[in-house]
Amino acid sequence: MTDRALAVVRAGALTTVQDTGRPGHAHLGVPRSGALDGPTAALVNRLVGNPPGAAVLETTLSGVAVRPRSAVVAAVAGAPCAVTVDGRPAAWGAPVHVPAGAVLDVGPAVKGVRCYVAVSGGIAVAPVLGSRSTDLLSGLGPPPLADGMVLPLGPPTALHARVDVAPRPSPPRELVLHVTLGPRDDWFTADAVRTFTSRAYRVSPASNRIGLRTEGPALERSGPGELPSEGMVLGAVQVPPDGRPVVFLADHPTTGGYPVIAVVRAQDLPAAAQAVPGTPVRFIAVRAR
Amino acid sequence: MRTLRVGDDALLVEVSSGEQAQALHAELLRRRAEGSLSAREIVPAARTVLLDGIPDPARLASELTACEVPAAPPRAREVVELAVRYDGPDLADVAAHWGVRPEEVARIHADTEFTVAFCGFAPGFGYLTGLPARYHVPRRDTPRTAVPAGSVALAGPYTGVYPRSSPGGWQLIGTTDAVLWDHTRVPAALLAPGTRVRFVPAAARRRS
Repeated sequence: MTDRALAVVRAGALTTVQDTGRPGHAHLGVPRSGALDGPTAALVNRLVGNPPGAAVLETTLSGVAVRPRSAVVAAVAGAPCAVTVDGRPAAWGAPVHVPAGAVLDVGPAVKGVRCYVAVSGGIAVAPVLGSRSTDLLSGLGPPPLADGMVLPLGPPTALHARVDVAPRPSPPRELVLHVTLGPRDDWFTADAVRTFTSRAYRVSPASNRIGLRTEGPALERSGPGELPSEGMVLGAVQVPPDGRPVVFLADHPTTGGYPVIAVVRAQDLPAAAQAVPGTPVRFIAVRAR
Repeated sequence: MRTLRVGDDALLVEVSSGEQAQALHAELLRRRAEGSLSAREIVPAARTVLLDGIPDPARLASELTACEVPAAPPRAREVVELAVRYDGPDLADVAAHWGVRPEEVARIHADTEFTVAFCGFAPGFGYLTGLPARYHVPRRDTPRTAVPAGSVALAGPYTGVYPRSSPGGWQLIGTTDAVLWDHTRVPAALLAPGTRVRFVPAAARRRS
């Protein structure tokens, strides 16, 4: 093993390797995957001088600790959290120098859910179908991090950014998701469509990288019958038999048989990645562009 | 043919049969290859084709509504043969549904030429059509928590082969050693939409 590597000291609850995912293979049943909060993943890459699509670490609530074998520049953003290098406080949302053998500790999320950790050179695990992303639905890509695992790093390509702090929106107090109705809103009663776009929902603790599950009023179908399986998109709001909307996130299945009442606009999805269980959710209907 | 908007940059094209969906899928792939259609994903399914990552959905919708679905999908030249042992735990149940003896299930299944209508559920899992309607069977009342990789299974109008061990509610009629998915292989998926497939009883193949 070369010096360009990162040892995992504390894997955290669920830390995965993510880049921009593997779109283009949905017809083979391959989910897109990729960072749930893509703009933040691109930002931490820019901060350390990586191309925006380099692989980063995506943590879940409890952070991660890693020990690079050679000196690296790292950057942490997304959910606000304490960052330390060998126990000394370090910057969040800005480039941080981590000496060889020092421990970069990304603490638990103070607000929000997911931190993104970029390291100069990027995480260089072997790509699968052009992407290094962990796909939790179908098991493609590297497994989630485990204590003691060693991750290879690529060669640094550019100097890190000269910034003190890079602004990103705070994790949402209320998650406002703009949706365009359809393609299967006609599978629901008019009342159900009104309920969906006017009543309050909450983020369910059962949410994960596959879908943001919600709690709230059940949506009633207008009739019996089963929808034959059809292709699914990122942001599709699928309504399973329990009537509670599920917003499809990066690891969503490529086809599905529950009707999609609406689709969330792409620009609202990064905020969904940072919404903790219990966060109020509002779906606001807008016209398709 | 009906087009439905799916968010800001996707379109779901709905047709009236699985055959039409396969034909439309082949036509859309042809258009993308010749450069007259731009789409990141073209995903066929039971009665629809999803076009995702398209620059102007409204315009494409009006273009597609104005055109006819080709009569039949062009047939792939090659047939993928899958050696199968008809030894599944649900063989007797399927035979009872069909009203035949278990060994007849193997003969009927192996005499059928299948086409991969679409993929989904897991990387490399194809939904294969070809069995006549009288041989369609329901899913099992209680899904199994673990179906072994390589299981050849039936549900509704479809035959499928589990690429890896997973939970599943399909009726298991046999087993194949074929590797349905290998991400280090090119192509990774043995079965892609449009692929023709035949199941060859393993014993019969050894004799030839």
